[in-house]
Amino acid sequence: MLAPRFVARQLFVGVRRWNHTPAIPALSPVTEQDVAHFAKFLAPTSIFSTLGPNPIPISELSPYNNDWMGKYHGKATTVVKPKTTEEVSKIVKHCCERRIGIVPQGGNTGLVGGSVPIGNELILNLGSMSKVRSFDPVSGILVADAGCILQSLTDYVAPHNHIMPLDLGAKGSCQIGGNVATNAGGLRLLRYGSLHGSVLGLEVVLPDGTILDQLTTLRKDNTGYDLKQLFIGAEGTLGVITGVSLLTPPSPQASNNVILALPSFDNVLPLYKTVKQQLSEILSAFEFIDRTAYDLAVKHGQGRGLHDDEIEGAECFVLVETSGGRREHDEQKLNDLLENLLTSDEPLINTGVLSQNPAQFSSLWALREGVTEAVSKEGKAYKYDISVPLSTFKDVVDLTREHLKSKGLLHEKGVKHVIGYGHVGDGNLHLNVVADAYTLEIQNALEPFIYELVASHKGSVSAEHGIGAMKTHALHYSKSGVSIEWMKKLKQLFDPHGIMNPGKVLEMP
Amino acid sequence: MRPSSACLLNILVPVKRAVDYAVKIRVNPQQTGIDLNVKHSMNPFDEIAVEEAVRLRERLKEKVKSIKVVTIGPAKSAETLRTALAMGADSAIHIEIPDSAPSPEPLGVAKALRAVIDRQSEDVDLVILGKQAIDDDSGQTGQMLAGLMGWAQATFASKLEIDTEKKVANVTREIDGGLEVLRCKLPLIVTTDLRLNEPRYASLPNIMKAKKKPIEKLSAEDLGVDLRPRLETLKVTEPPKRVGGGKVDTVDELVAKLAEAGITGVKA
Repeated sequence: MLAPRFVARQLFVGVRRWNHTPAIPALSPVTEQDVAHFAKFLAPTSIFSTLGPNPIPISELSPYNNDWMGKYHGKATTVVKPKTTEEVSKIVKHCCERRIGIVPQGGNTGLVGGSVPIGNELILNLGSMSKVRSFDPVSGILVADAGCILQSLTDYVAPHNHIMPLDLGAKGSCQIGGNVATNAGGLRLLRYGSLHGSVLGLEVVLPDGTILDQLTTLRKDNTGYDLKQLFIGAEGTLGVITGVSLLTPPSPQASNNVILALPSFDNVLPLYKTVKQQLSEILSAFEFIDRTAYDLAVKHGQGRGLHDDEIEGAECFVLVETSGGRREHDEQKLNDLLENLLTSDEPLINTGVLSQNPAQFSSLWALREGVTEAVSKEGKAYKYDISVPLSTFKDVVDLTREHLKSKGLLHEKGVKHVIGYGHVGDGNLHLNVVADAYTLEIQNALEPFIYELVASHKGSVSAEHGIGAMKTHALHYSKSGVSIEWMKKLKQLFDPHGIMNPGKVLEMP
Repeated sequence: MRPSSACLLNILVPVKRAVDYAVKIRVNPQQTGIDLNVKHSMNPFDEIAVEEAVRLRERLKEKVKSIKVVTIGPAKSAETLRTALAMGADSAIHIEIPDSAPSPEPLGVAKALRAVIDRQSEDVDLVILGKQAIDDDSGQTGQMLAGLMGWAQATFASKLEIDTEKKVANVTREIDGGLEVLRCKLPLIVTTDLRLNEPRYASLPNIMKAKKKPIEKLSAEDLGVDLRPRLETLKVTEPPKRVGGGKVDTVDELVAKLAEAGITGVKA
């Protein structure tokens, strides 16, 4: 009874991905001899394979072969977890000679299928390289292995009164190497900028196994082309990042947050202007969640909701965070802002909640950060991470919903919700279409509709999530032919055999 | 004591500004206490007490005549009172002590509260306190106050029901064996336990309104109370650091290590 449905679902998945993913260059699969070769320099606990002298059942490779959303499924037979950069270099060198495809993998929390194989490529997981190499408490410069989990780095620098320059919902699982490879954005970008600015140096293993050591701790170094910028955001297609040198900002002495309930989406933009003006340098986050996203987060217990009476008539919510050097100064600015908002002739907000203690501070953030998890509990999510003008946020969500309705897909067994939330401050909207199951019909209704909608606003089809396997065919909606041509030339230069994360980012012939 | 106007409740909620529960505390260099240069907020059990008073008003409506909060502390404690006012209290009393003064002890606090109750023009019917403060964990103030006033007390409350007609309360208490229900006559002292309620967020309009609510300032002298500590703390230290375990490679090694630790086998 169950089997035919399962098989049918697998077929859909296969067909859908085949439609999208380009032909992978002729690469060799991993064989027993390769596993034996790895065993010569890797500890037995660093090799997980269904081949060779210590085979394990394929089901144990499942967490490496499948992505976090359950949308992308790889068929790797072998996972290696090297402990040093030299080991990574030897692995890559061997794969280069043997023409074996490699998927560099960190925390496997990516949302575009970039961290799992498309076929049976070798998975090179960086999770065992998780040491902090050095930290200078005066300059705040941190040097760490690529496999360090973001949350552990946050905990490492905290006693020295520093914080990581980025923060995202996946912080408990994502690794810094992956963050850099995908140029992760997150909740703090508004205040601390992107990784292109905070990364000072990288140690990368190039596709032929050569180690490129540019792991500098210099704040300023204008000596030649800045090669590291190529690897930041390259999603593992130009090399394997093994070490990161990062500038960490000092931790704020005082943090506050407030959730505001808005009667209409039209108030978001003027609210943002007012908030920016009155809070100025202490503003550290400005996040938006629409009513449905808020309801889902509360429904799935992500955080304590506001009182029902208070949020009646609220069309959307905004979470504002402040971080500054002096508590009294920040609170005064915040209180003045809130009083202005509430007592103005035409109030932009209905009401809101100001956190009174650290527990409430975390609880309010949980409402925003928990939306992603709530969505995955509610159903199967199609995620579109787009940059469009602020004024069009609501229209984009509404138009998508209307479009699905016109195709008869908006119902309990089809698309359950269309929601929008995201980093208003950065012009970045996370459009989520929550369906009962991933189906070809829904997919075809969404793409290229959404990409065309984004292109019509001259927006980005991927603000921060990257291209991965999901959007290789959609690159042209946001980048010109000339750009894409030169990207391919660079890829060809670094990786002539096409072994690094094949099938991701670019559609290579 | 004059009986209060029939069926209308005056509720007093003492609150304490304590080190926030999320803070990682450290012993101060003098080993006389913990480093107090950290985030403070309202004692969580006191938040529950304020919340319960506000919920009583929501249930009993105009039968709750007034909710007054009181705190003993330095100038900064006024913020704690504002939070309570934002949650729904009507007015507050701040018994201000100098920043450098040591934290008052439960007996001192109980005597001060008795003085506050005696000063009120209208009788207090119900005093709701947190069962303990999370910085000293004394858990004595409510009980001592009941003793001083000669009032009924129901501690560790997880449910509170009041019959204003009969001036009686049914209080469910959390005890080791489970739950116990007490019927108490008013006036009554109640101390709150964790499961009594979940405190509300203070909404912005209420926070704004709270700024206009009155806070009466008093000193220990005004109340005729001596708040000097009677106990002297000799030393405060951290618990000994946990020593890590070790891994052994063979069973023989394990047996040898156990023998070293003085654990020998039982002869069969």
